[in-house]
Amino acid sequence: MGGYWLSALVFMPLLGAAFVTLQSDERAAWRSAFIFSLIPLAISFYVLAAFDARDAGYQFVEHYNWIPHFGVSYHIGVDGISLFLLLLTTILISLSLLYSGGGDIEFRAREFCFFMLVLETGLLGALVSIDLFLFYVFWEVMLVPMYFLIGIWGHGRKIYAAFKFILYTMLGSLLMLVAILYLVFKARSTLGHLSFDLPDLMTVPLTMTEARWLFAGFALAFAIKVPMWPVHTWLPDAHTEAPTAGSVILAGVMLKMGTYGFLRFAIPLFPDVAAEAAPIFMALAVVGIIFGALVALVQPDLKRLVAYSSVSHLGFVVLGMFALNPQGMEGAVYQMLNHGVSTGALFLLVGMVYLRRHTREIAEFGGLWHSIPVYAGIFMVVMLSSAGLPGLNGFVGEFLILLGAYLHTWLAAVFAVSGLILGALYLFYAYERVMFGPITRDVNRSLPDLSRREVAVMAPLLALMFLMGFFPRPLLNRIEPSVAALLQRTHSHVARIDSHPPTPAVVAAATRTANLR
Amino acid sequence: MTTAVSLAAINFNWLPILPLLVVTAGAMVVLLAGVRVSDRDSEGLGWLSLVVIAIAVATSLPMLGAQQVTFSGALVADDFTVFFYIVILLAAAVIVLMSLDYVADEGLPGAEYYALVLFATAGMMLMAAAGDLIIIFLGLETMSISVYILAGLARTDVRSNEAAMKYFLLGAFSTGFLLYGIALVYGATGTIKLHALSTLAVGASPMLLLGVGLLLIGFGFKVAAVPFHMWTPDVYEGAPTSVTAFMAVGVKLAAFAAFLRVFLVHLLGVQSDWSIVLWVLAVLTMTTGNIVALMQTNLKRMLAYSAIAHAGYILVAMTVGSSAAGAAILYYLLGYAFTNLGAFAILIAMARRGHPHETIADLRGLGTREPALAGAMAIMLFSLTGVPPLAGFVGKFSIFSAALNAGYVWLVVIAVLNSVMSAYYYLRPIVAMYTDTGGAEVVRIGSRPALIAAIAIAVIATVIIGIYPQPYMAASTSAFTSAFGKPPLATTASLHP
Repeated sequence: MGGYWLSALVFMPLLGAAFVTLQSDERAAWRSAFIFSLIPLAISFYVLAAFDARDAGYQFVEHYNWIPHFGVSYHIGVDGISLFLLLLTTILISLSLLYSGGGDIEFRAREFCFFMLVLETGLLGALVSIDLFLFYVFWEVMLVPMYFLIGIWGHGRKIYAAFKFILYTMLGSLLMLVAILYLVFKARSTLGHLSFDLPDLMTVPLTMTEARWLFAGFALAFAIKVPMWPVHTWLPDAHTEAPTAGSVILAGVMLKMGTYGFLRFAIPLFPDVAAEAAPIFMALAVVGIIFGALVALVQPDLKRLVAYSSVSHLGFVVLGMFALNPQGMEGAVYQMLNHGVSTGALFLLVGMVYLRRHTREIAEFGGLWHSIPVYAGIFMVVMLSSAGLPGLNGFVGEFLILLGAYLHTWLAAVFAVSGLILGALYLFYAYERVMFGPITRDVNRSLPDLSRREVAVMAPLLALMFLMGFFPRPLLNRIEPSVAALLQRTHSHVARIDSHPPTPAVVAAATRTANLR
Repeated sequence: MTTAVSLAAINFNWLPILPLLVVTAGAMVVLLAGVRVSDRDSEGLGWLSLVVIAIAVATSLPMLGAQQVTFSGALVADDFTVFFYIVILLAAAVIVLMSLDYVADEGLPGAEYYALVLFATAGMMLMAAAGDLIIIFLGLETMSISVYILAGLARTDVRSNEAAMKYFLLGAFSTGFLLYGIALVYGATGTIKLHALSTLAVGASPMLLLGVGLLLIGFGFKVAAVPFHMWTPDVYEGAPTSVTAFMAVGVKLAAFAAFLRVFLVHLLGVQSDWSIVLWVLAVLTMTTGNIVALMQTNLKRMLAYSAIAHAGYILVAMTVGSSAAGAAILYYLLGYAFTNLGAFAILIAMARRGHPHETIADLRGLGTREPALAGAMAIMLFSLTGVPPLAGFVGKFSIFSAALNAGYVWLVVIAVLNSVMSAYYYLRPIVAMYTDTGGAEVVRIGSRPALIAAIAIAVIATVIIGIYPQPYMAASTSAFTSAFGKPPLATTASLHP
C-alpha cells in the first residue's frame, strides 16, 4: 500500500492556503477554503477505508532522504493510534471553516482561511511523522498559525493569551529538541550513522539516568501541550480569548498532540521510565481531573468553563495512557477522539450563543430552552456526551480508562470517578442556569434559533457522538493492534510492572456494556 | 621551520586574488565615474557596482576545489575562502540593491557610498582569504575604515555622526588589541603564518596565551560579543539603514571568517585554553543580547541586540570547536545573512526622508496595508526566532546538534532557553503588524523594483535554505574542512555516516 496519499493529505491544505490568498473577495475566500478542506477530508476517509485493521505497524508509508547530512528523512505513515486523529482533524477543520464563514469571523477572512489551512498542514504533518525531525518541524509549524488565530481574531486579552500560548509551548518544545538531539547522537554509537527515525531510535540502549532526563525533556513538552496540571495555566487564557474556530481546533486537535506525543514518542522511546513514572503521571492526572472539574464548577464564563473541563477530560486521557494496559490505553485513544468531538461541539455552541448575545456570562442567560429550543436540544446532547452518558461516545472512553486505571491502581480509579461525578455536576449546573428557569433578560426572548448553516455544522458532530457511543467496535478494532504492539514493547522492557496481559474479553465486555445501554 | 623570504620564492599566482582585484578596481572606477554624477542620480553607479560584484563572483567560482596558496601563503584560496567570497559578495549585492533608491533619497553622496561599499567588501574578502595574521589585520583595517566613513555618511544627521565617531574610536581601540595580540603571538611562536601556528602554537607559554587572549578581544569587538558590544546599538541605530545592514551582515561575516580560520583551524593547539573563555563569552553574549533586546522599541536597536544574541549562538559553536561546529557556523552565517538583509531591507522600505519609521509602533497595521511586506517581515522574524522550516531554525539546529554531539549539554540548554526568550521580542513587531492599527504609511513601494528584488531574494533564500538545507550544509562542511588544507582530519567528518 504505497502511493502518496499521506503526502497529499498533509500538503493539500497548504496548496489550499496558497490558493485562498489569491482570492479577491471574502466570499470566494470562504468558499475556496471550505472546498479545499474537503479534499483532505476525502483523502482521510479513503485512508480509513483502505486501512488494514489487522496490521499493527505503519501503513501508507513514504520514506525518502531529506537532509542526509543530519540523517533526517521524510518518513511518514499512519497506524491505529494516529488514524482516527487524522479524521478528527480533517472533520473539525472543515466544520470550523463552515461555521466561521457564517458570521463568526467578520474581518480579514482571507488571512483567517489561510492560517486555518496552514494549521491543518501542521497538525496532519505532526500526526503522520515517524521521523523526529520532521515531527518537530510540524510541531512548531502549527504554533505559528494558531498564534495568529488567537492574536488577530481573538477577544479581550488576546495578545496576552497568544504570547502565553506560544512561549509556554516553545519552552517545552525546544527542550524536547535538546532531548531529541541527545538521543540521536547516542543512537549513532550503536547505529553507526545519524538517524532521526523513530524505529531506529527505539533501539538505543540508555542508562536509566539518561533515559530519565530524556523522558523528562519529552514529557515536559507534551505535558504543556496536553495540558497537565500544573503546567495548564496557558490553556484557560488561550481558549477563552481565541475565536471559536481557534478554540475548536485547539481543544479538539491540538491538545491531543500532547497525549499523542506521549503515546507515539515518550512512552515507546523510554518504556522503563514511563513505567517507573506512571504513578506520578497518574497522580498528576487525577489532580488535573478533580482540579479542572472544581474550577469549572465556579466559572461564571461559559467558555472558561469548557476550557477547564478540557483540563479535566485530558486528565482522563493521561490517566488511561499511564495505566499502561490495553484497556487504559485504548480508552485513552478513544477518549482523545471523544473529547475532540464533544468539546469541539461545546466550543461551537458557546460561539453560537456569543454571536447572538456578545457575552458568555452564565448569569446573562436563563430560560433559553423557551426561546431557542433547537439550540438547547443540541446543547443537551453535546453536554450529555461530554458528561459520559452511556450510549454516547464519552462513556466508552471513560469506562475503558477507569477499567484500565483500576487494574493498575484501584485508588486512582476511585478518585477519577469522583471527577466524573463532578463533571456531570458542573455541566448540569451550567445547563440548568443557561437553559431552564424563567427568561430573566428580555434580549433572550427574541434570540434567533440556529441557522441552517449552524445545524449543518452540528449535525455531523451529533451523528459522531451517537455512532461512537453505539458502535465503538470498528474504531477499537483498528486502534487495538497498534496499542497492543506499543504495550508489548513496554512490557518486554519492564518485567516488574504489574502486567495484565491484553485480554480482549475485558475490552469486549466493556464495549458490550456500552452497546447495551 | 622558518621560510626564508626571497622574492624568487614568492609565488605570484594571480587567480586567487582576481576577485579581490576586480572589486578594488571596480571601486576605483565607481569613484572616478562618480565625479561626473550628481548625488541625485547615483543609481547608475549602483548598477555599475552590481556589475563589478557579478564579475567578482564569476571570477571566484573557478577557485572552487583549487586549494591554492599565493604570496607564500599570505593568501589562501580554498573552498573556505570561496564560500565567504560568495556569501560576502551576495550580501554586498543585496545591500547595493536595497541602496539604489535609498541613497539618492537620503541625499547620501552616491559615488563615495558605492565605492566605499566595494572597498569594504574587498577588505572583508581579504579577511576571509588571509593566510597570515598581518593580512587579517590589513583586511580588517580596509573594511573598518570604509565602514567608519559609511556610518557617518549622513553628514547632517547627528545620530549618524555619533555612530561614526563611536564606531571609529572603539574600533580603533579594538584593532589595537588585535595588533598587540598578533605581536605577542609572533613573539611566542616566531611566525605570523597561520599554517605554521597550527604546529607552533602549543603549550601554555604566558606570552602565547596573552596573545591569543588579545586576539580574542579584537575579534570579540568586531563580532560584537559581550562585553565588547557596547558600541553596537548606538552605531546600528545611528548609521544609515543600508549601512547598518552591511555592518550587521558583511562585517560579521568577515570577522567570523577570520575568527574561525584562526581559532577553529589553526589555534587548536591551545583549544582547551580559549574554549573555556568562549564558553563564558557565549553565555554572556546570548543572554545579554536577548535580555536587553526585550526592552527595545526601536527596531534597529532591537536588531542590533538580536545580532549580539546571534553572535552568542555562533560563539556556542566556536566553544565546541569541532569540525561539525565549524560547518554549522558557516551554514548559520549563510542563513543569518539573508534573514538580516531582508529585515533591514524592509526597514528601508518603511523609511521616508526625514521619517525613518523604525520603531515597532510604526509597523502597526502593516499586515492590512501592505500584506506582502508584512508577510516578508514576519518570515524574517520567525527565521530569527528559529521557527522551522526557515533558515534560522536549521542554523540553530545544526549549532545545537554540534554542541550536543561534543557533550556541551548545559551550554545548549542555556542557548535553548535564550531562544525561547528571544521569541518574545521577535513576536512583538509581528503583533504590531497584524493586530494593531495606525502605524506609518509606506509610500511608493511599488515603484522601487530594486528594493523589492532585495526583499524577495532574502525571503526566497531564507525559505529555501531552510526547507532544503542539504546542499548548503554539504557546501558548508566541505568549505570548512578545506580550511585545514588537506583531506579532513579523522575527527572532522564526524557528522557524516
